[in-house]
Amino acid sequence: MADFEPKIIAFCCNYCAYAAGDLAGSMRISYPTNVRIIRLPCSGRAEIQEVLDALYNGADGVLVIGCEEGDCHFIEGNFKAKRRMERARTLLEEAKMNPDRLEFHYNSAAHGPQLAALFEEFTGKIRELGPNTSSAPKEKAHAREASQ
Amino acid sequence: MVVGAGIGGMQASIDLANSGFKVYLVERDTAIGGRMAQLDKTFPTNDCSMCIISPKLIEVGKHPNIEILTNTELLGVEGDPGNFEALVKMHPRFVDLDKCTGCGECAKVCPVEVPNEYNMGIDGTRAIRKRYPQAIPAGYAIEKKGTSPCRDACPSHVRAQGYVALIAEGRFDEALKVIRKDLPFPAVCGRVCPHPCETACNRGDIDSPVAIQQLKRFVTDHEMKAGKAALPEVAADSGKKVAIIGGGPSGLSAAWFLRLKGHKAVVYESSSKAGGMLRYGIPDYRLPQDVLDKEIQTFTDLGVEINCNSKVGTDIQVDQLKKDFDAIYVACGAQKDRALNVEGQDAEGVFSGIKFLWEISEGRKQNIGEKVAVIGGGNTAIDAVRTAVREGAKEVTLIYRRTVNEMPADEMEIHDAEAEGVKYVFLAAPTKVLVEDGKVKGLEVIKMELGEADKSGRRRPVPIEGSEYTIELDSVIAAIGQVSDASFLDGTVLAPIVKRGWIECDSLSCETSIDGVFAGGDAFKPGIAIEAIAQGKETAVSIDRYLNGLDIKEGREWNPHLAPKPKTALVKKAERLKVPELDVSERIKNYQEVALEITAEQAIAEAKRCLNCGTCSECELCAEVCQANAIDYSMVEVDRQLEVGSVILAPGFDQFEAEELGEYGYGRWDNVVTSLDFERMLSATGPTKGHMLRPSDSKEPKKIGWIQCIGSRDKRKDRNYCSAVCCMFATKEAVIATDHAGGEIETTIFMMDLRATGKGFDEYCNRAKDKYGVRYVRSMISRVDQLPENKDVEVAYVNEEGKLISESFDMLVLSTGLKPAKSVAELSKRVGIELDSFGFAKTDPFRPMATSRPGVFVCGVLQGPKDIPETVAQASGAAAFATESIASARGTKISTPDITEERDISEEDMRIGVWVCNCGINIGSVVNVPEVAEYASDKANVVHSEGVLFACSQDNQDLMKKTIKEKGINRMVVASCTPRTHEPLFQDTLQDCGINKYLFSMANIREHCSWVHQQEPEKATEKAKFMVDMAIRNSRELQALHTAPQSLVHSAMVLGGGLAGMTAALQLANQGFTTCIVEKTEHLGGNLRKLRATHDGRDLRAYLKELIEKVEAHDKIDILCSTKLLKTDGFLGNFESTLEQTNGIKKRIKIEHGVTIVATGAKETTPTTFCYGESDDIVTQLTLDGIIADDETRIVTAKEVVMIQCVGSRNEERPYCSKVCCSQALKNALAIKELNPDTNVTILYRDMRSYGMKESLYEKARSMGVMFMRYDLDNLPQVEVGEEGVIVKHDLPRLGTVKIKTDLLALAAAIETNENQDISEILKIPKTNDGFFLEVHTKLGPVDFATDGVYMCGLAHGPKPVEETISQAAAAAARALTVLAQDMLMVGGQVSVVDTDKCAACLCCVRACPYNVPIISEEEGAAYINPAECRGCGVCASECPAKAIQLQHFTNNQIGSMLDILREEA
Repeated sequence: MADFEPKIIAFCCNYCAYAAGDLAGSMRISYPTNVRIIRLPCSGRAEIQEVLDALYNGADGVLVIGCEEGDCHFIEGNFKAKRRMERARTLLEEAKMNPDRLEFHYNSAAHGPQLAALFEEFTGKIRELGPNTSSAPKEKAHAREASQ
Repeated sequence: MVVGAGIGGMQASIDLANSGFKVYLVERDTAIGGRMAQLDKTFPTNDCSMCIISPKLIEVGKHPNIEILTNTELLGVEGDPGNFEALVKMHPRFVDLDKCTGCGECAKVCPVEVPNEYNMGIDGTRAIRKRYPQAIPAGYAIEKKGTSPCRDACPSHVRAQGYVALIAEGRFDEALKVIRKDLPFPAVCGRVCPHPCETACNRGDIDSPVAIQQLKRFVTDHEMKAGKAALPEVAADSGKKVAIIGGGPSGLSAAWFLRLKGHKAVVYESSSKAGGMLRYGIPDYRLPQDVLDKEIQTFTDLGVEINCNSKVGTDIQVDQLKKDFDAIYVACGAQKDRALNVEGQDAEGVFSGIKFLWEISEGRKQNIGEKVAVIGGGNTAIDAVRTAVREGAKEVTLIYRRTVNEMPADEMEIHDAEAEGVKYVFLAAPTKVLVEDGKVKGLEVIKMELGEADKSGRRRPVPIEGSEYTIELDSVIAAIGQVSDASFLDGTVLAPIVKRGWIECDSLSCETSIDGVFAGGDAFKPGIAIEAIAQGKETAVSIDRYLNGLDIKEGREWNPHLAPKPKTALVKKAERLKVPELDVSERIKNYQEVALEITAEQAIAEAKRCLNCGTCSECELCAEVCQANAIDYSMVEVDRQLEVGSVILAPGFDQFEAEELGEYGYGRWDNVVTSLDFERMLSATGPTKGHMLRPSDSKEPKKIGWIQCIGSRDKRKDRNYCSAVCCMFATKEAVIATDHAGGEIETTIFMMDLRATGKGFDEYCNRAKDKYGVRYVRSMISRVDQLPENKDVEVAYVNEEGKLISESFDMLVLSTGLKPAKSVAELSKRVGIELDSFGFAKTDPFRPMATSRPGVFVCGVLQGPKDIPETVAQASGAAAFATESIASARGTKISTPDITEERDISEEDMRIGVWVCNCGINIGSVVNVPEVAEYASDKANVVHSEGVLFACSQDNQDLMKKTIKEKGINRMVVASCTPRTHEPLFQDTLQDCGINKYLFSMANIREHCSWVHQQEPEKATEKAKFMVDMAIRNSRELQALHTAPQSLVHSAMVLGGGLAGMTAALQLANQGFTTCIVEKTEHLGGNLRKLRATHDGRDLRAYLKELIEKVEAHDKIDILCSTKLLKTDGFLGNFESTLEQTNGIKKRIKIEHGVTIVATGAKETTPTTFCYGESDDIVTQLTLDGIIADDETRIVTAKEVVMIQCVGSRNEERPYCSKVCCSQALKNALAIKELNPDTNVTILYRDMRSYGMKESLYEKARSMGVMFMRYDLDNLPQVEVGEEGVIVKHDLPRLGTVKIKTDLLALAAAIETNENQDISEILKIPKTNDGFFLEVHTKLGPVDFATDGVYMCGLAHGPKPVEETISQAAAAAARALTVLAQDMLMVGGQVSVVDTDKCAACLCCVRACPYNVPIISEEEGAAYINPAECRGCGVCASECPAKAIQLQHFTNNQIGSMLDILREEA
């Protein structure tokens, strides 16, 4: 398991988490390459279905990161996201998947180092958990498209 | 024009630009953001300051109608309102912002470390820097104070500060590289140069100059030990040849610099070895031959051809050289000694200095005997005496006609020679050599005295008649000067350049009278080695220009802007490097080098003594690493004339210098810091990366104290005003510190009064106390000491019980007060505005942003100390004031970009173009860009993929456009840096090609990849491929989106006809927009009808009368009294309201309006305590105000007046502060005292909140004898109404019970909001727990709501005094103007859309939307989201259970397609 490189998707809001990622870059704070960021206008745009899809498609871990309490550019999108991700974790549990593969965090735009630390820590946790074996078989890949 | 780009200046600029005006935003710093960018968190919400300010930074940065002028100062403003001419000086940034990518490679190589002002000097930054990581403009800037004196003094202008700085960092090889830019003889000059640089060094003013020369030698020693020299790069062969006559320092130097330019340089040297006077004139103990040999080897290694034993005129013919070469440099030196010109000078035993040294260096022993005299005072004379000692002479004397003070020789050497036994005879000159048998036997000398100064400035020696005496000698060495011998040119084509043996040439360009022939060095004018070298360097420039047909003379004068002397007061003395030397007894026996090597540690320590006078050291390393060629040293100051209609000054504040109050130990005790220092320590981008570490030992503090009012409320320092923000600032810091420490911390705030007057502030302080355990101690600090054992800080103070207490803290924070920025004194003169005695701008309470000069306005701390929300409100208000008189110019100066007509691509095949940026080396050095580009080219639909050096550069933009057009590309992917700053740029590129800008997708492979994965290039490349793949997948799903113009109603509705409503309405009407005031009572005026005067005595009744007259007379204002709002429909720009008027017969009125301003006010409550209502002598403060105005007798006859503060405020029922009562009480107390000084006035208060300039009222009241007694909630005053009247009793901790029979008791009744539930529901605007309306953002949106187009001001927002209400009303007007000023509103784009077929009208979106946008349309039976109102957050889309809502540009298809990559990869 030592050479297991987890695939991690981080849904980041544009105003804080994504900006903190930029700041971590400006400050040259390194973190594992495993984390791949998808930018959203607000963490409130993070959908349960998409988060589950990420895991279903083969991500080993998913992060949803929004602004700190009170900092949300859209007033309360971050709280909505948090509640939704709590629900998503319950769904994972119900599906007998480890809910720890999904985490929600607040991270301010000024907290570049903290974001890098979070990426480091989460990658470590997922490495411990090992590969996500519950992802769907390949042939179901286009279920999404078919449904639309 | 807005001056100052802090939060105030930015807000004003945004409001001005959005309401149709062109804005010049002038900022002295290199970036906008001001003080707020330095804050970690803000109160009372604990928002992250950077999070909330950075969208503003970006908005200002990319606004088409805001021109940011950084590094710029305002010099003056001429003219009249509407027609000002402002003169600004734009200081050079030395970085081209159009080219700089903000990569920071430059700062990595910059050797100069200076205190980082952004981090309050706690850590260091570089001379080239960004003010902070998120700065806008995002480019770097060089701080260049000027050329350092060391470089200026050096004839060759060697960048001494630069290489010294590099040595200080242990970067020895780079130091040498910098030296060699101007000096090819570092090892030589490191030993023999008389170092004019050190003479000029500013460090000499403190202790002694930096040992620059020794440092230079050190790096050469270091390189020689390592082996091969690192030589500069030689340009490509030019095919040109230059002959150099003379292999001395000047000739070789010219050869070196010519070679660097790619020319062939051939040196002809008559001696057997090159080096000239360096070899033959300088003894080995100063410059060992092997050192010189190695140095000359570097010339050969560089490709210089040196022909020794080649005497021009003998071995090679001059005329031949002239034919064979493209240019010639004559640097034949001056090796002949000047003759002594006395009787007996030809005797055996008379030597000439240069020849003597030459012979010795060639290894030919000279017969000088035991007693030797050397005549002269220069370096040759010193070399001669010291050589004579080493040659075995027993008695060596140096005879000089002036005194030691005039000796040109190096001072150190004079001492060294003396140590070696040389005797000096000063003020003596030889008159005759005494000769016997043709040999020297002695010398007759005459004594001299110093007369008048001569041309050189030295006093001329004059012989004293008859003072001759003789000295017995074996030999005499004359070292009195050298003469050139250019006789070898006689009869050649070069003969015309020789005059009396000397060469004639231009002293600057070294041109001679013959075309292509240049000359210099000692043959032109004898001097020190570095002068000869400098001339060689200059000649090389001339010859290079000559060979390239350029103007030789242009711009050749060395005329630098010199760095001012650095401030030295705080520099600690440090001893200069002592160079170890060979022991005298040892060195006089041989020619071993006297000065020994120093260690790297010694060199670094010495280099650290440098004061970095110029800040930028001109080392130019940054230009070498900048791949974008953004660094431009040639930038100069530019004066610019700007035509502006109004001026807003927002220069911000400085903090009080805590060191001025020495008793608090700032600067003396390690663990005493200021509040701004501490703020930076808490910040993630601060010097400790957000770890709270105390300075002395980097230990996490467990007990921190704050001392308030440092430099505030302090008469001693002429600062008897309150800084208004510090109480909250300290409380916030204590709260955040507690968070940082995980609660394991004790925090104490020492203060006089807790002044938490703003909205939500008292609640915040209560939380700080109850939840965070912050301890507030009312006390005066008597002493601050440092405990020697652990550097803890000991604070001695007197507590409220009068006991002296001593307590120690790990760390102490001084809450330093605010004062106007340093620049204000000068700025006010330049602009011509008046300041008050503290340096704040003088303004009128009724026009709080207007200065003494019409057309010039202020906002922020310049107007008086204030916090962020008030500054922001004032900034918007100032924008309204500033446009009032120039409203007709609205929309005339703004630019609207040309938009290329868009191509419909819906029928086209998908053709994706991919560009992968190297960003110089920022991405390319980590991520394999060609590999990524190759990878992308294989993806479906990709028709073009390439790697580029700088995707954002102008030339590349042009190439991209060409490719897009040629290849019919209809979707664009760029993998480069962050879309947050660069997406708009590329979108414009695409739009310019006629493609919808939403068909663009970006991968951030710099900030999110190469910069954070520098150690793992392979994995980074894999990740970059993944990211690019995601962007391509995303681009396939993108859809063209369009915004559509929508008309709007250009009028406003103002709810409330009080001060706030009328002010806002008048402002809008004056700017040409129809406004309807809806007032529920019968009259205009509101609370103002009950008020007598402002706190500074201005007549409010008169002002109200005037205001009502203006409003009533204004043709653009409609007034509806006795009217209330029933219903409002519509949205931003298109509201329709239904009103009900009950004036006589009830009627309903419908009005259409584009914006709504809520100014519904508040009211004084009726007290329920302190026996209110039981006696006519118990009144409220507002009633008292009326009594003072209308019933003077009642006041004059009163013996005792008592006031009780906080009646109904700051308690459980109303936890907030009513803000106005303290100053109102003070105002009324003073009025009473003025009417009858014998009336006793007693104020019972909890905290005296005379914030800001109101402190003067408090001070005056105390001086006039008003009594102040404090009370707490658990020790309330008692009021009894009995037969004797009203009695007030109060227990005081130190005095016992006080009992006052009062004639009048005034209760400061709380302010509470007017009934506003209906308005809250109608307009869908939220309220706080206290019932006041809740703004969209406490800090940055003080008058805005989440609902677009609805604004508020005045008491509806919270209690506030008159001047703050006026500011806020103007602010609400300014915000409204940003809407009303537009011809059309653009709607759509990134908004949510509903698929009505899927919608089940379940109301999920209606509940989810933070802005209440979705409604259920009755016709459709489905949700409808108005694109004009939608903000594009996507919350509704994520909540919709039927997936009926898509957020355009962030659709499920897009995200899903990106996630598919996971599956395909697996």
